[in-house]
Amino acid sequence: MNEIVLETHNLNMHFGGVKAVNNVDFTLRENELRCLIGPNGAGKSTFFKCLTGLNKPTSGEIYIRGEETTHWHTHQISRLGIGIKTQVPNVMDGLSVWENIWLSARRYHDVKQANRRVEEVIERIKIGDITKKLLGELAHGQRQRVELAIVLAADPWLVILDEPAAGMTGQDVEIMVDIIREINRSAAMIIVEHDMQFIQSIANQVTVFYQGSILMEDHVDNVLADQKVRDVYLGRNV
Amino acid sequence: MMLDSNYKNLIIGVFLAIVCMLVLPYFIEYYTLSLLIIYSILALSLGLVWGFGGILCFGQAAFFGLGAYSYAVFAINIGESTLPFLLAIIVPATFAFILGAIMFYGRLTDVYLGVITLVVTLILFRFINSTASPEYMIGTAHLGGFNGIPNFQTLNIPGMPDAYIWDLDFYYVCFVILILSYLGLHFLVRSSFGRVSIGIGQNEQRAELIGYDVRKYKTILFAVGGGLAGLAGALYASWAEIVTPGLFSLGQSAEVIIWCIVGGVTRLSGPIFGAVILGLLKYYLGQQTLIDNNLVFGVILVIFVLFLPQGLAPAISSVWKKLLTAKKSTRNKLRKRAPRQMQRGHLNE
Amino acid sequence: MIFGMMKIINFAHGEFMMLGGYTTIVCVKAGANIYLAMLVIAPLIVGMIGLLLERLVIRHLYGRLVDTMLATWGISMILIGIVTMIFGNTTESISTPIKGWAIGDYQVNGYNFFIILVAIGLVCSGYFLLKFTRLGLIVRGAMQDPNVAASLGYNPDRIYMTTFFMGAALSGLAGGILAPLVGLVPSWGTAYIAKAFITVVVGGPAIIVGLVSSATLFGSVNQIFAFIFNPVFGEVALLLCAVILLRILPKGITNSIFKGKL
Repeated sequence: MNEIVLETHNLNMHFGGVKAVNNVDFTLRENELRCLIGPNGAGKSTFFKCLTGLNKPTSGEIYIRGEETTHWHTHQISRLGIGIKTQVPNVMDGLSVWENIWLSARRYHDVKQANRRVEEVIERIKIGDITKKLLGELAHGQRQRVELAIVLAADPWLVILDEPAAGMTGQDVEIMVDIIREINRSAAMIIVEHDMQFIQSIANQVTVFYQGSILMEDHVDNVLADQKVRDVYLGRNV
Repeated sequence: MMLDSNYKNLIIGVFLAIVCMLVLPYFIEYYTLSLLIIYSILALSLGLVWGFGGILCFGQAAFFGLGAYSYAVFAINIGESTLPFLLAIIVPATFAFILGAIMFYGRLTDVYLGVITLVVTLILFRFINSTASPEYMIGTAHLGGFNGIPNFQTLNIPGMPDAYIWDLDFYYVCFVILILSYLGLHFLVRSSFGRVSIGIGQNEQRAELIGYDVRKYKTILFAVGGGLAGLAGALYASWAEIVTPGLFSLGQSAEVIIWCIVGGVTRLSGPIFGAVILGLLKYYLGQQTLIDNNLVFGVILVIFVLFLPQGLAPAISSVWKKLLTAKKSTRNKLRKRAPRQMQRGHLNE
Repeated sequence: MIFGMMKIINFAHGEFMMLGGYTTIVCVKAGANIYLAMLVIAPLIVGMIGLLLERLVIRHLYGRLVDTMLATWGISMILIGIVTMIFGNTTESISTPIKGWAIGDYQVNGYNFFIILVAIGLVCSGYFLLKFTRLGLIVRGAMQDPNVAASLGYNPDRIYMTTFFMGAALSGLAGGILAPLVGLVPSWGTAYIAKAFITVVVGGPAIIVGLVSSATLFGSVNQIFAFIFNPVFGEVALLLCAVILLRILPKGITNSIFKGKL
């Protein structure tokens, strides 16, 4: 087995009386591609926010490569070499595609290397035709792609994505699947996703969230065959 | 954000600016011109912070006033203008740095930022206003309350306290400082630091997700803006030969914001342009009593917020581009009406 | 003041007060009864002006916080400008309608009692209006989520109008009541607006509780420091206190301490 790169112990996130994340123990190993699934309100997005420092967990600990990052700021977590993409495209609308990616690359490289890095990423994600456009002018699917390029430009060893396929059309989803496979060649990934078909086409290991806790963790085919998971998705109580 | 680094345009712009500098005194009194230039520097400072960093500061006047007062106080104590001039930049910059650190490390955003900068300006205004009694001294300088501080050493040639820089010379000095400030900011916003700041202004969370410490960048940018406003303040002190608490007033802050809105803050030329136009307008309005200044500026502010939120600069630069390509004959009228505006608009991009 | 709930910050609020004051003075000088002038005419007229401005300018800007701030600042300047042109930059005043009386050596101003009574009455009726009436419920609903209110068949546009009218009318009333106490100048409003503004922002989203708590806090801080040092330090202390509070409780007092209250 590969080395553990991320783990949480007894992670809790409560809003008032609602336990959005409830005693979650989660581990991720090097180069793994893991999907977090679950019905709406299962706590997977909140879990994502805790991992990335966007929310401060109520209790419990998060370790990334042995360092406790529970109360770190987002930018500190990002600097460990973690690429993060939120659910809504989070890009700089007034800047061009090239500038958006450059800002990410510049964080870890000097100006010359950053310029080169941007070209590499543009090549890799295949967005050479829109580099001069402003992000605000792009369609939803293109913005999602550019955001992945931004994430990739920082050479992350772990990439955490929140619903990368949300609101996308069929063709865009296919492109997205390709990009995710491409990223996974060099980085471990955690993908929070709702769309089952999308998950089937990318993941092998899946973690199912239900009512703030982990319901089960297994290979995607086993998970889909599981009666409990089907019930949860159909809205029955377990 | 228009950030093409076209050196040819920049050189043409600077050249045109120098031509302006030499020609303008034949049309407008240089006393008025100097003030317009000082206002332009002040507007530039807010333009940087607001347009590029996305920080709307309602208290830019605080740094302006602080610069003016620092200059006056140190000039009285030291008697030579070089050091006070530098201190008039350093003191407001430091103040802005501390204030910025408090605000940005506290994660305050738009409205609250506005409130705090506004409140700080009010505090300074009230405080300076209440220092009329003789116990308020810094060195040998009375703060003087609402009467302000008169009689301090105005700008002199460095090292020669008796060689005052005044009148036309003062105007040239101001203009050169404006050009230098502009060039400084021009390169600043194109540096890595500047680009990151712009990115933060565009989308703070993305910048954070990439791994930039947003708080640090904003604080530094805010300090640079404060320092530049302080520089304008020092020049103002030297121009007016007196500093009064009115420099800290909300009205002053409002004016800077209006300049920036009218000119537009998406490019550096906007605020300069706005300051010059509205400064001139105020000057001419001051010569009549029929219409109240507040009314005019209020109407301008409302109209721009409603209909032209981008300000004039983008509109003018597109007209300029059309002018370059269109046939001369069809554009005669436009040319006649606004040649100077064109030059200003072109100063930059 | 009702503006807390509309998520807009109205810089012209102080000017509404100023207009209320001027309306009262004009009416009184024209021979109207002073109570009628300050309690009825001033709020009505100022409310109408507020309504007009809301229709003309502010309704285009809902949801654009910074723009609203700037636009209302512009309106504030326009109002000051107009009043200056009509009345000139001089002080206007009328005398207070209630005489003071003495308790021992201490002179009590009867009019201050009147103001306190009106203020208490307003806070109470405001609370009841919002908490217990249908209109109050609708208004609160619309402020929470305009779309939901709209889908329930209420026109949020009309609700905003009503709220704005009431807010403007209230400040007109305040201006009318305060008019006899101070000499009115066109820029009178700006002196109050900063305080009112800070009180609202610091108070946070729960209107009544927030307002009362932050107003009490600031009032006492102001008075204590003014008593120990001098009035200017009272004001400076108030402002500093506001800055510190905002730093500690960036969402306002009610969001942090009085959660879930009105």
